[in-house]
Amino acid sequence: MIRDITIGQYYDTDSVIHRLDPRVKLAFTLLYIISLFIGHGPVCYAYAAAFLVLVIVLSKVPVRFMVKGLRGMLVILIISALFNVFLVQGEIIFRWWIFSISKEGVRTAVLMVVRLVFLVIGSSLMTLTTTPNDLTDGLERSLRFLKVIRIPVHEIAMMMSIALRFIPILIEEVNKIMKAQIARGADFESGGLVKKAKAMVPLLIPLFVSAFRRASDLALAMEARCYHGGEGRTKLHPLTYQKRDFLAYAVLLLYFGGMIAMAAVLP
Amino acid sequence: MELTLKHISYSYNPDAKEPKYAVKDVSFTIREGEFCALIGHTGSGKSTLVQFLNGLMRPTEGLVLFNGENIFEKKYPLKTLRQKVGLVFQYPEHQLFEETVLKDICYGPKNMGLGKEEQIDSARRAMALVGLPESYEEKSPFELSGGEKRRVAIAGVLAMNPECLILDEPTAGLDPAGRDDILGTVRELSDKENIAVVLVSHSMDDVAVYAERLLVMNSGELVYDDTPRNVFRHYKELEKMGLSAPQVTYIAHELKKRGLDIDENVMTIAEAKAEILRIFKK
Amino acid sequence: MNIIEILHLIHEYKEYDENETETETVRAIDDVTLSIEEGSFVTVLGHNGSGKSTLAKHVNALLLPTGGTVVLCGQDTLKTGELWQLRKNAGMVFQNPDNQIIASVVEEDVAFGPENLGVPTEKLEHRVERALEKVGMTAFRMNSPNRLSGGQKQRIAIAGMLAMKPKVILMDEPTAMLDPVGRKEVIETVHELNREEGITILLITHYMEEAVDADRVIVMDGGRLIMDGTPREVFSRVEELKECRMTVPQVTELAFELKKEGLPLPDGILTTEEFAEALMKLRT
Repeated sequence: MIRDITIGQYYDTDSVIHRLDPRVKLAFTLLYIISLFIGHGPVCYAYAAAFLVLVIVLSKVPVRFMVKGLRGMLVILIISALFNVFLVQGEIIFRWWIFSISKEGVRTAVLMVVRLVFLVIGSSLMTLTTTPNDLTDGLERSLRFLKVIRIPVHEIAMMMSIALRFIPILIEEVNKIMKAQIARGADFESGGLVKKAKAMVPLLIPLFVSAFRRASDLALAMEARCYHGGEGRTKLHPLTYQKRDFLAYAVLLLYFGGMIAMAAVLP
Repeated sequence: MELTLKHISYSYNPDAKEPKYAVKDVSFTIREGEFCALIGHTGSGKSTLVQFLNGLMRPTEGLVLFNGENIFEKKYPLKTLRQKVGLVFQYPEHQLFEETVLKDICYGPKNMGLGKEEQIDSARRAMALVGLPESYEEKSPFELSGGEKRRVAIAGVLAMNPECLILDEPTAGLDPAGRDDILGTVRELSDKENIAVVLVSHSMDDVAVYAERLLVMNSGELVYDDTPRNVFRHYKELEKMGLSAPQVTYIAHELKKRGLDIDENVMTIAEAKAEILRIFKK
Repeated sequence: MNIIEILHLIHEYKEYDENETETETVRAIDDVTLSIEEGSFVTVLGHNGSGKSTLAKHVNALLLPTGGTVVLCGQDTLKTGELWQLRKNAGMVFQNPDNQIIASVVEEDVAFGPENLGVPTEKLEHRVERALEKVGMTAFRMNSPNRLSGGQKQRIAIAGMLAMKPKVILMDEPTAMLDPVGRKEVIETVHELNREEGITILLITHYMEEAVDADRVIVMDGGRLIMDGTPREVFSRVEELKECRMTVPQVTELAFELKKEGLPLPDGILTTEEFAEALMKLRT
C-alpha cells in the first residue's frame, strides 16, 4: 500500500551493521568512497571488494537488494564504459571502420565500472541498514560543528524528519486529488507534452494548497507543544556510542590505512 | 438509468493462495431517481466500492454494468460514464484549483468537450442547484467558508449533469447547520432533478431521515440491502459491526421495554413524535 | 480555584485585498469574560466562525489578545516573555489527526513536547510510557503513525500533551474528522483524564452528544459568549440554539417537540433513560 513507501530503501532486519550508530555508517560511506579513488589497479579493487563483501555479509541484506540499486545506474555505467573503451588512446587491439579499441581503454573501462559499482553498493548499504530517522539524527550530530559557521543544522535535520513523515501522506493526497479530477473528466494520460503539463495544473494547485495548509497546521501544533528551536532540547533516544561502534571505527580505519599503504606501494 | 454491480470482488493480492478481499461478492442495482445510503464501519470496503461505480477502480472479479453495458469492455467510453455517474469524494473542497468559482465549476463540462457558452450554462445551473448565489461566480474558491467550498465542489460534479450522484461523507467536518444544508440540497436533487443518489454516511440519524434504501457493508460484504426501517430492526447485529440504529429507535425500544405500546421501529423525530402523541392523545 | 481567567477579551485581525491594502478589521472575539475552574470539563459549542477556536488559542498563547487579558495558571499571556514556558500548562489537540503528528514513530512523537521542555533523557522514557498507558496505546509504541486509525492518532496526540504534564488540555474539534467509533474512543479517553488526573478540559465540538456529559457548556456566536451553564440549562433553550445554527441532542429535541404539543415534559432532557422515565410518569 502507498502508505508504506519510505524514502531510501531501508531493509528491515537485525544485524550488527543495522545496530551500528548512524555516525559510524556515515563515516564508512565517506571513507569507503574516498578509498575507491585512492586505490588503483586490480589489487586495490580486490581489497575494496573483499571489505565490501564482508560488510554485506554482516548486514544480512540479500544481494538482490544491492543489485536493485544498480539497475537505475545501468545507463550511466554503460555510457561511461563505452566512452572509456573507445576514447582512451593506446595499444590498439581491435579496429573496425572508424572505431578502435585500445588495451588501455578496456582496462580503464573495467576499472571505472568496478569503481562505480562499488560506490553505489557502498552507499546504498548505508540507506539499506539505517532508518531515515536514524540517518537524520546521525547527520544532525555529525554536522553539528557547522553551526559555528551559522549553518542551521538542527533546523535542517528537523525539516528532513518532517519531510520523511509527510511524504507518504502527500503521495496519498496526490492519489486522492487525481481520482477526484478524473471523476470530473480529467485526462492525465493522453496528449503531447504541453497538454500533459497543462493537465497537471488541477493536480498541482490543490496539492500545494494542501501542503501549505498542513504546514501551517503543523507549525501551530509544534508551537503548542513548546517547540522553540534546538536550544535546550533533549532527546528520547540520544545517539551514544557503544563498544561495537568503536570497534567498527577501528576496522574502518584499518581498512582505510591498508588502502593508502597499498596505493603507495603498488605501481 | 440503471447501474448494476454483479458479483464484484476486489483483492489486493488476487493471485495469492488465500487472497485477502477488500470487497467480496457484492451485487446490487441502483435505479433511476433512487435515494440510497451506504453505511459501514471504516475499513468495511465502502470507499472502495463507490470507486467501482464510475470505473475509477477495477474489481478483480465481477461485472459493473451501466444500462446493461459492461463498463470495463475495451472500447467503453469511461469518460462519458464518469459524467453520468458523478462521484463527490470526501472533503471535495480539496480538489478546487481555479481562480474563480465559475471557472472551477466549468472544469467538468470543459473536460466533456462542451463549448464555452454551454460550459457556463451548466455551471450556472449547478450553482443554482446547490444554492450558491450568482454573486459568487467571480469569487476565489479559496476565500469561501468550509461549507461554501464544499457546495462549489459538489456543483463542479453536478455541472456535468449526472444521472447518478455518489457522495462520500459529504457532511464530514461541517457544523450542524452546514450538515443540514448539504443534506437538504442532496434531497432536493433527488426529488426535483430525479438524480439517483448514493450517500455514504456514518450518521444513522441522517440516513434514517433521508434514504429510501440502505446498503450495509461489513468486512467487504454487503450484509443488508433493504429499507432503513427493515435494516434497523437488526440493530443488535449492526452494533456488532460497529454501527448502530438512530437514537430515536433506541428511545422507542426503551419505552417499549418500560411497557409503552409503541412501534419500536420508528427512526426519526417526526415519526417518534407522531407515535407518542398517538398514544398520549388517546 | 480558577485555572483560566479571561477578562474582556477582544481579538481583532485585519483583512487585506490583493494589493495588500487593508480592507476591514474583523473582530473574532468580542468582549468575552470567562473563568474556568481547575478540574472542570467544559464544552464549547458554536457554528463555524463563531470564534470558539480563536478563544481556545488565546488560552495557550497561540494568539495574543488585542484587548483584555487572558490569565493561565496565574500567568498573564501578554506579560510572559517566553511563551513556550507558559504553553506547557495547556496542551492543545487539533482537528486534523495527520497534521499534528511530528515524528515517524509513535514514541518519538509523544516525546516531542517534553523534549522541547528539556526533560532529561532518563525521565523522558518514563513520561512517554505513562502517557501512552493513559490513552491505552502502549501496544503501538514502536509503530508508524501512518498505519493508525483516526481515533488512535488523536489518542497519540493526547498522549503527546500528557507527556508535558499540562494542567489544561484544549481540544479544538478533535472528533470532527473521525468516524463514530473513533469519536467515542477520544471522548472516553478525555473524560477519563478529567476524572482520574484532574486535568481541566476545554472541548470544542460540533457534536451535541459530546456536550451532554460536561460539567459546563458554553455557546459562542459572532465572537460573543451567548450561553453558559450546565448541559441541562443550555439544552433547555432549544429555539435560541437553533437560531444560532446549532442543534440539540435528538432526545432533547423530541422532548421539546412533544412539549410544544402539550405534553408536560420537563426542559432539557439529555438522556434516553431520563426521557423514558419522564414520559412514563405522565402515563400513571
